[in-house]
Amino acid sequence: MDLSWSPTEVEFRNEARAWLAANVPSEKLPSGDTSDGFARHLEWEQRLFDARWAVVSWPEEYGGRNATLWEWLIFEEEYYRARAPQRVTQNGIFLLAPTIFEFGTQEQRDRYLQPMAQGTQTWCQGWSEPDAGSDLAGIRSTAVRDDVAGGWRLSGQKTWTTRGAFCTHMFGLFRSDPAAERHAGLTYFLVPLDAPGVTVRGFGRLDGDEGFAEVFLDDVFVDDAMVLGEVNDGWKVAMATTGSERGLTLRSPGRFMATADRLVQLYRDIGARASDPALRHAVVQAVIDVEAYRLQTLATVTAIGDGGKPGVTSSLTKVFWSELDIRMHDTALALLGTAAELEDNGWMKDFQFALSGPIYAGTNEIQRNVIAERILGMPKR
Amino acid sequence: MRFAFTTDQLALRDAVREMLVKECPSSEVRSAWSNANGRTAGTWDALMGMGVLEALVPEAAGGLGLSVLDLVLVCEEVGRVALPEPFVEHALVAAAVVGSGHGSMSALVGPAALSVYADSVDAVLVEDDERLLLVAREGLVLERQSSVDHTRHLFTVDWSNTEATTEVGGPRECADAFDRAALGNAATLLGLAQNLLDVTVDYTATRSQFGAPIGSFQAVKHKLADVRIALEFARPLIYRAAYSLSVDDIDRSIHVSMCAAQVADAASLAVRHALQCHGAIGYSDESDLHMWMKRVWALQRAYGDPAWHRERVARAILDKT
Repeated sequence: MDLSWSPTEVEFRNEARAWLAANVPSEKLPSGDTSDGFARHLEWEQRLFDARWAVVSWPEEYGGRNATLWEWLIFEEEYYRARAPQRVTQNGIFLLAPTIFEFGTQEQRDRYLQPMAQGTQTWCQGWSEPDAGSDLAGIRSTAVRDDVAGGWRLSGQKTWTTRGAFCTHMFGLFRSDPAAERHAGLTYFLVPLDAPGVTVRGFGRLDGDEGFAEVFLDDVFVDDAMVLGEVNDGWKVAMATTGSERGLTLRSPGRFMATADRLVQLYRDIGARASDPALRHAVVQAVIDVEAYRLQTLATVTAIGDGGKPGVTSSLTKVFWSELDIRMHDTALALLGTAAELEDNGWMKDFQFALSGPIYAGTNEIQRNVIAERILGMPKR
Repeated sequence: MRFAFTTDQLALRDAVREMLVKECPSSEVRSAWSNANGRTAGTWDALMGMGVLEALVPEAAGGLGLSVLDLVLVCEEVGRVALPEPFVEHALVAAAVVGSGHGSMSALVGPAALSVYADSVDAVLVEDDERLLLVAREGLVLERQSSVDHTRHLFTVDWSNTEATTEVGGPRECADAFDRAALGNAATLLGLAQNLLDVTVDYTATRSQFGAPIGSFQAVKHKLADVRIALEFARPLIYRAAYSLSVDDIDRSIHVSMCAAQVADAASLAVRHALQCHGAIGYSDESDLHMWMKRVWALQRAYGDPAWHRERVARAILDKT
C-alpha cells in the first residue's frame, strides 16, 4: 500500500490546476441543459479540446494525453475543484466512447471519437422508452433489416433522453430479432438525429431546464456501419456502457469532493444556525462519506491496474454516490434555512438535480437487486 | 499510488483465519458465555504461537516487527469469529508499547472507562494523566461490571494504591495507543458485521415462506444490499487509517475517527437487518446470532462512540481556520 502520488502525478495535477485557473470562465455559464447554454458549453469544450484536456485518458491520436486512470482521477478532482463548467459531452466521452473503444471497429473509432471529444458531434442516450424504464429489456423500438439498401430501418420512440433536443447523435438499443425475447435480439445502433424520419421534442425537467427529450423514429434508415458490436448482441454492449455510467467514469469522486468542500464552506459562513449539533453532524458525515467514496475508488483503480474488472460492483458505487449527493444538498438547504427556497442560492437547483441520481443510470431499486443477486448471490425470484 | 494489501499481508490473514475457524467455532464463543473467565481454551496460545500477539514488537525485541497495516486484516478475522479474547488490547495496544515478556495484557486508554478481562490477564496498560502505566494485575483493585455480551468480563480499575506500576509512555504514546485501540476495534467491528451479513445471506437462501426462499423477496434483498453498501464504504476508511498509523501520517487520528464512526454505524445496520431477516429464530438465544449482535453493541462504543469520533473529525475539519 502506498497512498502517495508520484512526482509525475503531482506535476500533472499542477499543470491541470494552472490551466484551469487561467481558463475557467469567471462567470458561471447558463445551464448546459438549455439550448443557449448548450451552445456556450460547446465553446468551452472546444477550448478544453484545443488544450488537450477534453479527454485526458484517451490516446493522443483522438485528442487525449494517454493519461493513466490515476491521472484521470486527478484531472477530475481539479476540474470540479476549479468549478469548471458541466460536461455537456459527457454521454459521448464517458459512456459511448468506452464502448466504442471496446466494441467498435477501427472505422467507427476514426469517425466518431475525435468529433465527440471536440464537441462537434454530441451524443445522447436512447435507452428508455415509454414502457421500458427500469425494465430495459422490455424495449419495443424495432430495427428491420433492409438487405437491398445494406442497412436497417429503425422505428419507435425513445424518451427521457437527456439533452436530446440539442445533440446531433443518439446511441440506443433496438429490437432487431422480433422472435427473440427480452435481452436477446437487441442491437446497439448509432443514429444521426438529422436522418429523415427522426423527430425530436424537448420537454422540461423538475429542475426547470428543458433538458429532457423524446425521440420519435419513423422508418429511419441507418447503414451497417452504424451497428456497434454484433447484431443481436446489443444487451452485452449496452451493459458495458451502464457499467461506466454507474461507476467510475461518469461520477468520479472529484465531483462529490467539491460539493463537500462547498458544504463545509457554507457551514463556516452561516454562523449561528451551524451550532445545531444535528447539522454539524450531517456536515462532518458528508466529509467522511466523500472520503470513503474517494478511497473506495482508489481501491477499484488499483484492482483494475492488477487486471480486475469493476463489473457489478459499480452498483454499490451508484447507490452510494446518488444518495450521498442528496444528503449533502439536503444538509445545505437546512443550513440555508428560509433562504433555501431562493432559486439562486447556489444549492436549490443542484438539489433538484441530485434527486434524479437515484433514478437515472438504473434506479437504485434495480441496483439493490443487482447487489443482492449478483454480489451477495441471493436467489432470483 | 496503490491501495491494496500485499500477498504477505493476505497470507497472514488467511493463516489466522484458518486457525480461528478451527479453534473458535461458535460453540467456543457459546461456552465462553458461561465459563469462569469469558475466554477461549486454546486460541490465545495458538495466536501466540503464530506470533501475531507480538506482531508489532520490533524484531530485535523478539516480535515480528510488523505494522498496524499488517494486523488490520487479522483484527477483521478476530471479529468474524467473535473471538472472546483481549486481542486488540494486547496486540495493538499494550505489547506495541511494552514489548514481549509481560504475559497477557489488557488496556484502558482514551475515553474508555472499563477494562476487559482485567481479572484474567497478567497486566493492564492504563492511561493516567497523559502517561501510560503498566500495572501488574495483583496491584489492581477491580470491580466487575456486567456486559450485555457475557463473554466480556468488564471491570472498573483502580491503581491508586499500588507500587506495581511502570511508566512506559507520555502524551504521544497515549494518543497513539488510543488510536491503535480504536482502529483495531473498528476492524473487529467490520469482521463482526461481515459475518452477520454472510450468515444472514445464507439463512435467507434456505428459509422458505410462501413457497419461496425469503432471500428471493425484494424487501429482504434490499435490506441486505444496504448492509453490503454500508460495509463497502466503511472498509476503505479502515484500511486507510491503518496505513496512516503505520506511516505516522500527521492526520492519523482524524483517519481513525472517520473509520470508527463509519463502521460503528454500518455494524448497527448489519445487526438490525440480520435480526429482522432471521425473524423470530434470530430472537432466540439458541441461535448464534445473538452473540454477534451483542458483541457489536459492546464494541461500537468501546473506544469512543460514533458521536465522539465525528466530533473529533469536526474539530479538525470544520473548525479549522
